[in-house]
Amino acid sequence: MIAAIGCVDRRAAPLLAVEDLSIEFRTRSGTVRALDRVGFALGRGETMALVGESGSGKSVTAYAIIGILDAAARITSGSITFGGLHMLAASPAVLDEVRGREVAIIFQSPRTALNPIRPVGRQIADVLLRHGNVTAAQAPGLAIEMLARVRIPDPKRRAAAYPFELSGGMCQRVMIAMALACEPALLIADEPTTGLDITTQAVIMDLIAELAAAHGMATLLITHDLALAAEYCSRIAVMHAGQVVEIAPTSRLFDRPRHPYTEKLIAATPAHTLSLNELAAIPGGLPDLRRDDLPACRFSTRCERRENGCLAPPLPRRALDDGGLIACRYPL
Amino acid sequence: MSEALRHAGYVLGENPLTAAAFALFTFLVLCAVLGPGLVPYDPLASDTARALSPPSAAHWFGTDQLGRDIFSRIVVATRLDLGIAVTAVALAFAIGTLSGLAAGYFGGWTDRIIGRIVDTIMAFPLFVLAMGIVAALGNTLANIVYATAIINLPIYARLARTEANVRREAGFVEAARLCGNSEARIVLAQLLPNVMPLMMVQVSLTLGYAILNAAGLSFIGLGVRPPTAEWGIMVAEGASFIVSGEWWAALFPGLFLMAAVFCFNLMGDGLRDIVDPRMRT
Amino acid sequence: MVLRRLATALPSIAGVIVVTFLLTRALPGDPAAYFAGVAATQQAIEEIRHLMGFDRSLLVQFFDYLRQLARGDLGTSISTGQPVAQELLTRLPASAELTFSALFLALTIAVPLGVAAARRPGSWVDHACRIVTTAGVSLPVFFTGLLLVYLLYYLAGWAPAPLGRLDVFNSPPTNWTGFYLIDSLIAGDLAAFHATAAQLALPAATMAIFALAPLARITRGSMLAALGSDFVRTARANGLSRRRIVYVYAFRNAVLPVITTLGMVFSFMLGANVLVEKVFAWPGIGSYAIEALIASDYAPVQGFVLTMALLYVLLNLLIDLLYGLVDPRVRIAA
Repeated sequence: MIAAIGCVDRRAAPLLAVEDLSIEFRTRSGTVRALDRVGFALGRGETMALVGESGSGKSVTAYAIIGILDAAARITSGSITFGGLHMLAASPAVLDEVRGREVAIIFQSPRTALNPIRPVGRQIADVLLRHGNVTAAQAPGLAIEMLARVRIPDPKRRAAAYPFELSGGMCQRVMIAMALACEPALLIADEPTTGLDITTQAVIMDLIAELAAAHGMATLLITHDLALAAEYCSRIAVMHAGQVVEIAPTSRLFDRPRHPYTEKLIAATPAHTLSLNELAAIPGGLPDLRRDDLPACRFSTRCERRENGCLAPPLPRRALDDGGLIACRYPL
Repeated sequence: MSEALRHAGYVLGENPLTAAAFALFTFLVLCAVLGPGLVPYDPLASDTARALSPPSAAHWFGTDQLGRDIFSRIVVATRLDLGIAVTAVALAFAIGTLSGLAAGYFGGWTDRIIGRIVDTIMAFPLFVLAMGIVAALGNTLANIVYATAIINLPIYARLARTEANVRREAGFVEAARLCGNSEARIVLAQLLPNVMPLMMVQVSLTLGYAILNAAGLSFIGLGVRPPTAEWGIMVAEGASFIVSGEWWAALFPGLFLMAAVFCFNLMGDGLRDIVDPRMRT
Repeated sequence: MVLRRLATALPSIAGVIVVTFLLTRALPGDPAAYFAGVAATQQAIEEIRHLMGFDRSLLVQFFDYLRQLARGDLGTSISTGQPVAQELLTRLPASAELTFSALFLALTIAVPLGVAAARRPGSWVDHACRIVTTAGVSLPVFFTGLLLVYLLYYLAGWAPAPLGRLDVFNSPPTNWTGFYLIDSLIAGDLAAFHATAAQLALPAATMAIFALAPLARITRGSMLAALGSDFVRTARANGLSRRRIVYVYAFRNAVLPVITTLGMVFSFMLGANVLVEKVFAWPGIGSYAIEALIASDYAPVQGFVLTMALLYVLLNLLIDLLYGLVDPRVRIAA
């Protein structure tokens, strides 16, 4: 479904291109340099994960793509191109058309992300009425259909329910239904399974994967869980302290990581074959992003392979043959 | 301590309005303490020849219907009004905080009885209850203080109760208990200092409310009687002359009243910023 | 659900009755002398003592009191000789009309102001809202009233003299509700309607200014919270229109704490009512109590306190019910 306005071209290759994106936040305690020249691309129908510790800037990137950054945010460089449309330069009116229709996002803590005093069916209908060519009479029925498609039992009754009457897993399905209602080209999933129990996590991720495949929808998964990313995504971008340090196809990432941080992250990820004392913690913590004197590579303070050359800008970013990226002066 | 002062200084520097409020507070306290000795005229001396004369060089705020100098009366009234407010709030704070702490800490019947008393007070529109208390106990100054104290009790009781409830199982309380401290000692020496900052914020805000309350009661003829100088009663006396255009008799006491309340409210907000910036609205 | 709410109000009602009873018996000295009046002879005092049961035990007195209340007997006013309950009933509509007009006025200004301030933080609207909120709680309500009288009646001549509900040229409309605004419309008497509104303007404005502060503050605060909430972020991410986000998503949620605050606002307003009635010579129950106070006439004062308290309990009950209807989390859980 090509957008009626024609501003988003789904056939554009790549579908999403983030280039050189740097974002700052003005806070009471100083300016936080949240993102430093973040760049990656996502093709039509692809599944990709943004993986990193909390505070690595994954959510900021996601919010920047869909355009719901805080008012205190300042984009200091870079661009985001979605379906040929320059998102950062587009007018609010155009963005409102694109959001929810061509690109959609689902959040963690689904229950708080839904309006507590509005029946869930009506919330889905709101999105349908806004973006789809549906009449007020058709919307409720279509909302129930969406609920059925995300496999909520007894969708007709559930459509009249309020979020507090539903479980966490069901709320997340409602969010997915809202996001997919207009069959977007790109779905951003920001930690969709955090806060859900293990079995529900798997079910929700399977549902997303299935629906994405059925609609040829690209998925950008934001998560701190490397194992989850590995299971559902064909490409992984590793982020640290606001910088993309490595991008690689999933299998190659685990077989041959090229960034020291990626290696440590893999070692720190629990697998059922490892015992707990074989899990290695990553030394140090994230640097204070308010500092003026941040080194070019923000991982260098925690890295054993650090050399003097790591501190001085620019941070070298080299594209690799398999479409990957490595941002390290002395890669593995 | 110096850390606290430095932080306080920072907040005041950031917020000139709050600093102004503190300055005004100092001025009012000075008026209360030194005023009666420094005023140009005797606040009770009447001079009917000069009744209701407008503000002039001789009488900065004019004279009232009995020829008394309004400026002198206002300054002298500061002591009375602040005195009533401070006493009432001190009573409310002491009784309210202690009973609230006890209710939150001990729970059970203590909680239920104190809760019932507090709820009953709050079941009345507060000013009306004050009217009823003063009418019942007798029309004296002391009773205004008691009535104001009673109606401001619940705020402290509830605040203290919540805090005590939250901290009841806290580590330092357990430690004190293990050391063999009696319950009373725990409440006073451990819980009380922890809730003090929040209470101080509330004290400042309640002072403003107490002044309004006392002035309101005097305005309708309760508590303070002529010829005593008090802001509320002065506004009441001046009220009848507003319709004939003699505005100064009611305006100046009213302005002082407003300034005092405003000052306490701003100070309360400033204290809140110093104590707990998360509570900012 | 209604019955359950009513049940929670019962302890309050009980408390109110007990306290007002204690207040009537708390007078220092001889209560009989107070109720007999200053001019009474010793014999009259003894008669009153026997009549009012002061010579019996406190518990018996309490049951007598309950019995009287059940009959609707609040005693008799010494100064007017009329039953207190009847006077209160006749004067109640005047106070009610004043209070509700003021509340309506306050809401129509405070809520839009709070919403606008929350939508544009740091703008002049936001600053205006802050000023209203901080200044409003500092203004003594009787002082505001006098200021308005001076500025708008004496200086500008826009408002009529503060002499009560109607000027001398108009007579009250036929009594349906006791609310002159409504009654005059029912009777089709537009002159009376205008006259009433003119007299009502200043006192209602005075009380409205008083109620503006807490209402604007809570509206702004809860609207800010709603606009910053997760579900509004979701709505924005879905590209919903600005209108829908602000009014259907944010505002409807923000209204809930405002309703809860109405209880506190009423507590202030019922108190302010008394002061405003004195300033504007408004013939309501507040001025009735004040006149009685001046005449050392105690039965009306106690009747007044009891009536106001019961009204307040009733208002809180209604607010509770309203909230229960509006918030589905409460409605469904019930």
